[in-house]
Amino acid sequence: MTVAAPTATTTPRRRRARLLRLPSTLIAGAIILLVSLLLALFPQLIAPYDPTAFDYNALLAPPSAAHLLGSDSFGRDVLSRVIHAYGLDLQIAVFATVPAFTVGVIVGALVGYAGGWVEAVFGRVVDAVITFPFLVLVIAIVAVLGPGLTNMYIAVGVVGWVFYARLVAAEVKVQKRLDYADAGRVMGYRPLRIIFRHLLPNSITPAIVYWMTDMALAILLGSSLGYLGLGAQPPASEWGVQIADGKNFMNTAWWISVFPGVAIVITGLGFSLLGDGLAELLRTRK
Amino acid sequence: MMIPMNDTVISAEEVSKQFTLPQTMSRRLRGAPQLAVNALNGVNFTLKRGETLGIVGESGCGKSTLARVLVGLLDCTEGKVMFEGNDIAYLRGNARRSYNRRVQMIFQDPYSSLNPRMTVRQVLTEALHVHRMRPRAEIPGRIAELLDLVRLPDDAADRYPHEFSGGQRQRIGIARALAVEPDVLVADELVSALDVSVQAQVVNLLLQLQEKLHLTVVFVAHDLRLVRHISHRVAVMYLGSILEIGPTEALFSTPRQPYTRALLDAAPELDPTHRTTSVAARGELPSPINLPVGCPFNTRCPFAFDRCFVERPLLTERGPMHRAACHLTDFGLAPAAVPPMQTEAVS
Repeated sequence: MTVAAPTATTTPRRRRARLLRLPSTLIAGAIILLVSLLLALFPQLIAPYDPTAFDYNALLAPPSAAHLLGSDSFGRDVLSRVIHAYGLDLQIAVFATVPAFTVGVIVGALVGYAGGWVEAVFGRVVDAVITFPFLVLVIAIVAVLGPGLTNMYIAVGVVGWVFYARLVAAEVKVQKRLDYADAGRVMGYRPLRIIFRHLLPNSITPAIVYWMTDMALAILLGSSLGYLGLGAQPPASEWGVQIADGKNFMNTAWWISVFPGVAIVITGLGFSLLGDGLAELLRTRK
Repeated sequence: MMIPMNDTVISAEEVSKQFTLPQTMSRRLRGAPQLAVNALNGVNFTLKRGETLGIVGESGCGKSTLARVLVGLLDCTEGKVMFEGNDIAYLRGNARRSYNRRVQMIFQDPYSSLNPRMTVRQVLTEALHVHRMRPRAEIPGRIAELLDLVRLPDDAADRYPHEFSGGQRQRIGIARALAVEPDVLVADELVSALDVSVQAQVVNLLLQLQEKLHLTVVFVAHDLRLVRHISHRVAVMYLGSILEIGPTEALFSTPRQPYTRALLDAAPELDPTHRTTSVAARGELPSPINLPVGCPFNTRCPFAFDRCFVERPLLTERGPMHRAACHLTDFGLAPAAVPPMQTEAVS
């Protein structure tokens, strides 16, 4: 199934010209996420304190030179905890969505191509899943399996693939009626080649864009579950857990909850911008 | 143009195709039979190697369906398509793959017939690779050859379809079909989506390739002049049936079926002195869901008489290789003296 695709004519100059044509949203999103990735990989290089070190001389200290973003009720540095949470939260973004994306895209492509009763059965599965609010379903599954991140990944994967599959199936259904799909059939190509080499690359864009938003949503979900005590367990630093920690001090020490919230917003924005940029980039040119 | 007289490559025997419509609740409750569009109704013809058969007819007459049945995109409901003596419905495995390779199709719409995410090189490489036409090392050379064959520049290989014009895209489609070295090429409205100036280019390319590669071509089109230019033989279709089939010149100069004449008369004449305002066929195409009883053309034929509403005429011999389906077997014999309708009805 491998067909070489040498592109001999891409000169450096052409490549540079192509880079300039990249959508600005894509570049902005990529920069945000690259910085996030650096923070996630090397938190100890940037964070000024150990995220779990208690400082009883600075309990609930407001933002100052010593603690740029203040400290929480145990005297832990909020900035350090926000930075150390990057690793866990990006991990949640990826691990919670990649299985759903992979399974959803494959199932969606097959269902969209098969049509008929396969599609009818799939449609009922979709109905069954979307009837329940997503969060309630995930909480129910996590509650059964027990709290913890692994179980959260399983829960999100079990529910989330349906949305990807639905997007891809709808698109494949349109694409398979086009002449180039027929051309593949006339050529005698096997259905799997037609589905995955011809139809899928033309159908996957909405799923990729949704994936980017979904990563932002997964961070929010991880934070929500963390807040409820069903996700990351203390003392691990995770934004949702941090926000939950600060809820009792909202009137006196707002910084405990607000700064992790800002980190969520910025990371989510990064994924959304990247998603928009990818949509722009992958749009079929006519 | 000589008509080569050697062996039959592909033939249709009583090919019929019905598309069933979704059954409505009220019809189901009444116990009415399921409705179906009769796209093809008993089509017969044979194609000799190296021959070009033009298929003409109004839109909705089943031309495209026939093309799709011939290449195996659609299975016929009744009858069979024979390729080198084998019914294609029963081909499996290697035989099926070989049939797929040797009967190729060129599509009407140059914009949807190419995968927008594959370069020309990827498209051609895939075709060459899957059918093992060349060892891997020879593929780039063969691609250059193919591009040369359809007169595209060498640097076209690494470009995407959206970088080409409609005519160039159609030539990419031709190159893709030729990559697998087919025997039969089915061209469905090859140039109807192109500008007239480009049409001639593409059609002449097809003609030259046909001579060079000894291709058998089925040319489906609604442009009569184009069909006359390119075909050895022409089949006229109406409501899923062939009403007349014969050598191009014979059919165009002495049509033996009222519908053929209607079609020819309807084609705009360039010479103003030959302009005519008389209408050869009245009314609209009947619904292919409820076919007329008897001759399919009876609702519009100015010469229709009792028998036409009862008995469906069969294709019968009118001349060398020239067959028409009409109860008026003398129709068109002496074009100047077509007797008036009443006397014809008696004969």
